[in-house]
Amino acid sequence: MANIELDLPQLDVRDGVDRETIETVAAMGAYKYGWATDIEMDYAPKGLSEDIVRLISAKNGEPDWLLDWRLSAYRRWLGMEEPHWAMLTYPKIDYQDQYYYATPRSMAVKPKSLDEVDPKLLATYKKLGIPLKEQALLAGVEAPEGERRVAVDAVFDSVSVGTTFKAELAKAGVIFCSISEAVKEHPELVRKYLGSVVPPTDNFFATLNSAVFSDGSFVYIPPGTRCPMELSTYFRINAENTGQFERTLIICDRGAYVSYLEGCTAPKRDTHQLHAAVVELVILEDAEVKYSTVQNWYPGDEEGRGGIYNFVTKRADCREARAKVMWTQVETGSAITWKYPSCILRGDDSQGEFYSIAIANNAQQADTGTKMIHLGKRTKSRIVSKGISAGRAQNTYRGLVSMHPKATDSRNYTQCDSLLIGDQCGAHTVPYIEVKNTSSRVEHEATTSKVDEDQLFYCRSRGMSEEEAVALVVNGFCREVLQALPMEFAMEAQSLVAISLEGSVG
Amino acid sequence: MLEIKNLHVKLEEEDKQILKGVTLSIGAGEVHAIMGPNGSGKSTLSYVLSGRDGYTVTDGSATLDGADLLVMEPEVRAAQGLFLAFQYPVEIPGVGNMTFLRTALNAQRKTRGEPEISAGDFLKLVREKAKGLKIDADMLKRPVNVGFSGGEKKRNEILQMAMLEPKMCILDETDSGLDVDAMKLVSEGVNALRSAGRSFLVITHYQRLLDHIKPDVVHIMAAGRIIKTGGPELALEVENNGYADLLAEVL
Ligand SMILES: Nc1ncnc2c1ncn2[C@@H]1O[C@H](COP(=O)(O)OP(=O)(O)O)[C@@H](O)[C@H]1O
Ligand SMILES: [Mg+2]
Repeated sequence: MANIELDLPQLDVRDGVDRETIETVAAMGAYKYGWATDIEMDYAPKGLSEDIVRLISAKNGEPDWLLDWRLSAYRRWLGMEEPHWAMLTYPKIDYQDQYYYATPRSMAVKPKSLDEVDPKLLATYKKLGIPLKEQALLAGVEAPEGERRVAVDAVFDSVSVGTTFKAELAKAGVIFCSISEAVKEHPELVRKYLGSVVPPTDNFFATLNSAVFSDGSFVYIPPGTRCPMELSTYFRINAENTGQFERTLIICDRGAYVSYLEGCTAPKRDTHQLHAAVVELVILEDAEVKYSTVQNWYPGDEEGRGGIYNFVTKRADCREARAKVMWTQVETGSAITWKYPSCILRGDDSQGEFYSIAIANNAQQADTGTKMIHLGKRTKSRIVSKGISAGRAQNTYRGLVSMHPKATDSRNYTQCDSLLIGDQCGAHTVPYIEVKNTSSRVEHEATTSKVDEDQLFYCRSRGMSEEEAVALVVNGFCREVLQALPMEFAMEAQSLVAISLEGSVG
Repeated sequence: MLEIKNLHVKLEEEDKQILKGVTLSIGAGEVHAIMGPNGSGKSTLSYVLSGRDGYTVTDGSATLDGADLLVMEPEVRAAQGLFLAFQYPVEIPGVGNMTFLRTALNAQRKTRGEPEISAGDFLKLVREKAKGLKIDADMLKRPVNVGFSGGEKKRNEILQMAMLEPKMCILDETDSGLDVDAMKLVSEGVNALRSAGRSFLVITHYQRLLDHIKPDVVHIMAAGRIIKTGGPELALEVENNGYADLLAEVL
């Protein structure tokens, strides 16, 4: 068994050379989604207690088994310690000094359809560029190319505001709704699978989520079904001093396929806000899930004031033979990112892939990566991580590849590249590798480089501004990962890369 | 068009004077050639004109149509119509050649207050220009200069020039490393761009290129100065006799 932990030395950076690059780029403020919606809200009392857990459960009209599930998680959480092994420094989080449940007053009585949803909420999503209208298509007319339809579940603070294309998806047997709805409409599925990938005891933040999760998305794709459109959830934090704890559960039955997208934003605030989500993917025989995230929570300002603390547990269980999962993430937001979307490769010949772009600028800190747990025979995994650090940011790739004794003839390939912009940021690579059989192979490659002045000058000599040049070069650096995203998302991600690096470094 | 007066340049990082009083005047539509031994400062001159970091101008001036080049950012110089075909074109992994061209073209248009070129018009333009330079669709898609042969890189520089339609083109040893056919393609590309309003400064070691691109004026540069200026016959003289005699003359 090999157990390697190494922290590649920080690259020595010649100073002076790109000081000017950085200062020019620094001049602009960038976050485009920092506005808030002025809307009447109902809050649960501040802080966390058994009563709050009961209140959330009651608000969702949950059965007793789920309340008990939450309560046991809560009691367990009380005895747990917040983990501090990540390369992150932040002031102590006061779990009693925030709200755990906030919902627009207009959602007190759940609207029956999107037409009944408060226009202010609809306007919010419109402004965010999230379509909540189901474009009516004429019978027999194909959607024009590039206008693929995407079904959306829109989550606003603690509740799901609405889900589009439900009826059409139902025709294909696909269930797509908020998790609170799924608890009511499909209790047998929820009960069978909830917590089966990320158990309520998993870790401090997942346990907290299990106690207080308020809403999130639920997806079930029946056997042999290719989901007829992309599914997505858009998370919007709006309320101040409020944590968002959503729970996503996706079950992809035998031979089924789904591509799922996730986006998120939050207003600019001076205080930090906690986001602790759990995502569970259950993938059965021959099924495949593509899960793409563009994480654009408010990152805080140049001084590190405000921004989301993003502590997220995401895990896919390739439970049966030949199951496949592909995680793609573009992490540009949040003051703190603590996130390791993982793959449990349990079924023989199952496959896991992880493609990641993590950008940390200004005072942002990201500690992100993946875990590939090879349990089945001939399982394969691939990790491509691109970390970009600018400003005073710290960006850590942390990844575990574990080959169990029975996971014979398995393969992993890891490529981990870091790009530094300026000389005050840091990039760290922390791979953990365990191989407990003799027939499996693990390959790890890592590079750290500085954004190249010759490339920037070449671009500028062709007429591009410094920011455009940086964005172009960085997008090139990330290309492999951008290509893994669905097309519309890739375009959005590209411009997001540019935007995140505006106001780069100081 | 381009007026360089008494230009003195030293390295920013160390106290090393590279250009020691370069004076040069290129009129609209003229083609000037600069020849000179390695290390005489030819590339430095082209870099300073296009605004690369790392150099300090200690004296003298450079203007493009009367506007002071030396105070402009590189991208502004480009938008004003200055173009440098690099001696060593830079590779940009992951960035498609087309994306690069389109970003550059639109950036210049934006700086000049012009509207962006439509995707369709751009495609048409790029295909037309690429065809003349025998640049195929595959090369247009590949990442900028990555894995290009020496000749492909140089042709790619000329493609960029053709797309951006600058008024002052500087070619730094564009002929180095080209075989006869590639040389012909490149010269044809350059000649196709020659017009009354467009000027060229061609840096080269070889008369060969000047057989194809006929210069109006030839300068010889050595040790950071222009030591001799003459007509096309000066290039022939260098070709036949080398620089030794010329250097001896000035020393
Ligand atoms: N960044 C640099 N650092 C050190 N020396 C340099 C640098 N740039 C240019 N030089 C020196 O300046 C002189 C002129 O170089 P260059 O302009 O490339 O000449 P040419 O293009 O005529 O061959 C050479 O002696 C070269 O070594
Ligand atoms: Mg040179």
